[in-house]
Amino acid sequence: MTNLATKPSRYCIPALNPGFRMQWEPAQGCHVLLFPEGMVKLNPSAAEILMMCDGKRDIETIIAALADRFPGVDTLSADLMDFVEVANERRWLSFH
Amino acid sequence: MSDVGCLSTDSKQSAFQSEKGKNAGPPLWLLAELTYRCPLQCPYCSNPVNFAAIKEELTTEEWKRVFAQGREMGAAQLGFSGGEPLLRQDLEELVSEARSLGYYTNLITSGIGLTPSRMAALKEAGLDHIQISFQDSDEERNNALAGSRKAFDAKLKVAQAIKEQGYPMVMNVVLHRHNIDHLQSILNLSFSLGADYLELANSQYYGWALHNRDALMPDREQLQRAELVTNRFREEIGEQMKIYFVVPDYYESRPKACMNGWGAVFLTVAPDGLALPCHNARDLPFSFPNVRDHSLDHIWYQSEGFRLYRGDDWMKEPCRSCSEKDKDFGGCRCQAFLLTGDARNADPVCGKSEHHHIVVNARREADHQDDVRPLVFRNTRNSVSLT
Repeated sequence: MTNLATKPSRYCIPALNPGFRMQWEPAQGCHVLLFPEGMVKLNPSAAEILMMCDGKRDIETIIAALADRFPGVDTLSADLMDFVEVANERRWLSFH
Repeated sequence: MSDVGCLSTDSKQSAFQSEKGKNAGPPLWLLAELTYRCPLQCPYCSNPVNFAAIKEELTTEEWKRVFAQGREMGAAQLGFSGGEPLLRQDLEELVSEARSLGYYTNLITSGIGLTPSRMAALKEAGLDHIQISFQDSDEERNNALAGSRKAFDAKLKVAQAIKEQGYPMVMNVVLHRHNIDHLQSILNLSFSLGADYLELANSQYYGWALHNRDALMPDREQLQRAELVTNRFREEIGEQMKIYFVVPDYYESRPKACMNGWGAVFLTVAPDGLALPCHNARDLPFSFPNVRDHSLDHIWYQSEGFRLYRGDDWMKEPCRSCSEKDKDFGGCRCQAFLLTGDARNADPVCGKSEHHHIVVNARREADHQDDVRPLVFRNTRNSVSLT
């Protein structure tokens, strides 16, 4: 598994990088991503996506699953690709 | 789904939301300084100069109670620090407890004493990440700064084992006058060891480092070269290793947003149970609360020590009317106290401070220094004689 120097494609299979952990924080009322000496608060959409990055599903499959759950969101696919790109740059995700 | 890309940033400074006023949010970061004992003698150590007089370390059960209380309040990051936290024989037990409470657990270590079997036991206990310090990039210089003949070799072995065992590795190097010119080889070393993050932390002048300030402070040229070398290296390696370069605040014209605000997100518990808004606050002339006497909840929300400089009601001019006060919170209270005698003053690093000349003079001193000043090493003998 590696971080990609270029943009991830729809056929990549994303997973949280080792050393990163996502969990629900009651005190903050949101999911957070924890990593060495840092923490990021996630909005519900980001948490939703990261939960699906399980190292088994490719991005295409994740988009389809989200489209079923959130019908009528035209920009879903583009939004998700944007998010995955940011997550790659920040080393939250790796791909295989 | 339209807000899918709208995340908070992951920079260390801004990852946590600061809280204004006395209605503080919970502490998110708990730093557990398990002991002031340490096998190394780094002359820039942030521990208090009088550490030798502070002996009554919290017990295993007391630490567990503190962790549970912090987690209950909302703390999510837990740093095991010191001194050298590996000197606590109950470290595995404490990590295990912290991990089962839901903390992300960070070990901040010199690496000395971290055998592969102990590292594996810590992994088994749930340790998430190891930050290892280096003093310099070659054996002789590293060991001279650490005050230990075996340190460098031990650190190399530990760094290799960290990667072999699949931990994320942060390598931390404190930069100062004596090693900043070796930055290229420090960068090469950390990259070849496979560090995921490299923290190049210019020495901050508290504790032992303040005592050794004139001997440690780099001159402006050294600093500029270091930044150039770092930026060039970043371009060469891309995202493979994330490099944080912490600028020495004495060379800034605005202060750092110290701890992201007093009592805003960070809570340090010292080896003897003293609860502090930052690990340097022990130098301030207040009686801070102790976790042996009070719950963390009481300490964070009720104690005078934590409410003192929360928000901005405490500010004097020029901070009070400053348009940047929400950005830097007036800088560092400890630095203001150590350099001006009043913690409510603006941090003298700020160009607007009436005490800014203190910092300018220290810089000038560094620029015109031809001789090599002796370093006072951090050890029990020096602690006793300086106290």
